[in-house]
Amino acid sequence: MNGPRDEFYQRDRTWHPPAFSRDYKTSVARSPSLPLLSLEQSMSEITGPTFGHSDLGPLDNDLIRNYAHGGEAIGERIIVHGRVVDENGRGVPNTLVEVWQANAGGRYRHRKDTYLAPIDPNFGGCGRMLTDGNGYYFFRTVKPGAYPWRNWINNWRPAHIHVSVFGSGFAQRLITQMYFEGDPLIAQCPIVNTIPDPRAIEQLIAPLDMNAAVPLDSLAYKFDIVLRGRRSTLFENRLEGN
Amino acid sequence: MTQKLDRLKETPSQTAGPYVHIGLAPGAAGFEIFDQELGRDIAGPNARGERIRIEGTVYDGTGAPVKDVLIETWQANADGIHPHPADPRASEVEAGFRGWGRIISDFDTGAFVIETVKPGAVTGRNGRIMAPHISLWVVARGVNVGLQTRLYFADEAEANAADPVLGFIEQVHRRETLVAERTADGVYKFDIRLQGERETVFFDI
Repeated sequence: MNGPRDEFYQRDRTWHPPAFSRDYKTSVARSPSLPLLSLEQSMSEITGPTFGHSDLGPLDNDLIRNYAHGGEAIGERIIVHGRVVDENGRGVPNTLVEVWQANAGGRYRHRKDTYLAPIDPNFGGCGRMLTDGNGYYFFRTVKPGAYPWRNWINNWRPAHIHVSVFGSGFAQRLITQMYFEGDPLIAQCPIVNTIPDPRAIEQLIAPLDMNAAVPLDSLAYKFDIVLRGRRSTLFENRLEGN
Repeated sequence: MTQKLDRLKETPSQTAGPYVHIGLAPGAAGFEIFDQELGRDIAGPNARGERIRIEGTVYDGTGAPVKDVLIETWQANADGIHPHPADPRASEVEAGFRGWGRIISDFDTGAFVIETVKPGAVTGRNGRIMAPHISLWVVARGVNVGLQTRLYFADEAEANAADPVLGFIEQVHRRETLVAERTADGVYKFDIRLQGERETVFFDI
């Protein structure tokens, strides 16, 4: 066999943020200065970890209840849902989606977060789920608050949820952040603005989705995630019988 | 006018941020929430091959340790098989061998440890054999897109010399940035330098 079947399309590095983004200060000393070495994919890149329902617990995708200590999380109750698809629009089934976020006041449950907004005793801030056979996922949470960070002295992150997705091969591994429609902090954020193309930024902004809201209970936002597409090898140099 | 290609664009990456542990390793963030955290056991109890321990630190461009890094590892088993349906020999992988791990550096020192088994050689493109290696994916605050690299083993000098991926690195002296040094029986040292002197080779795969 010449190359592996079903390798992934080349990643468009001009669509993603560059490693070095001066206005996001931490990237200055943490960005490689030499170019990446482009590799054709082998078995090491087209395969990756697989997960099953036995890896997860029943409340893992319900952030309002999965860290409940005698009550429920405080904040604006929302459902976030969407599909994980590839660049060809095909659903990515049975893939692990992990999310984490601050609470409604912008405070993270992390030993390194010292922001003065209080911890919510009933909110952990993380969840995880597998996509179904069509690539569909959903979770319930409270809408996170904005929070300040030490970049420029008055920088505030827009409300956001961190999202991690695996796909079916290690080359598809992706971490990103989901933002909320209409948030005026999005345009000001140096981390958002590491992304050069405004159309790519729009791809991270989840619209309000009234059709998915639960009346008298929760609002909803829709966030679709696109992973790298797969090439079907149309011709390849193979000996007969291989 | 032509027809439209009509492909979607990949969702753009964003940094994992300083609190990546909340989502991917909540125990390290300081709280227990899930019945089981994923990625803690790479090889499982039944794995064939040599048990190894890899010790290292990730450094930034000033030479300071990166103390909030998260590394994921992906590897074949000792027979060179990946536990994944795309590998035609996947059914031969021993029960419990996951091949994937999630590694947290120490918050005070930046040191990390990978405990696994040494992978076997894997067949690469055009039937060429790749030397034993572990694929690494590095994310952290300040890293906008996860960095892909590989770890090879210094005691596989002959296989490394024939490895097609190491062979693609034009500056021969940079190849050694991917080779873990054997410091004791079953123990290797592997540092990652994000920027500057002896910068690690990172891949666009």
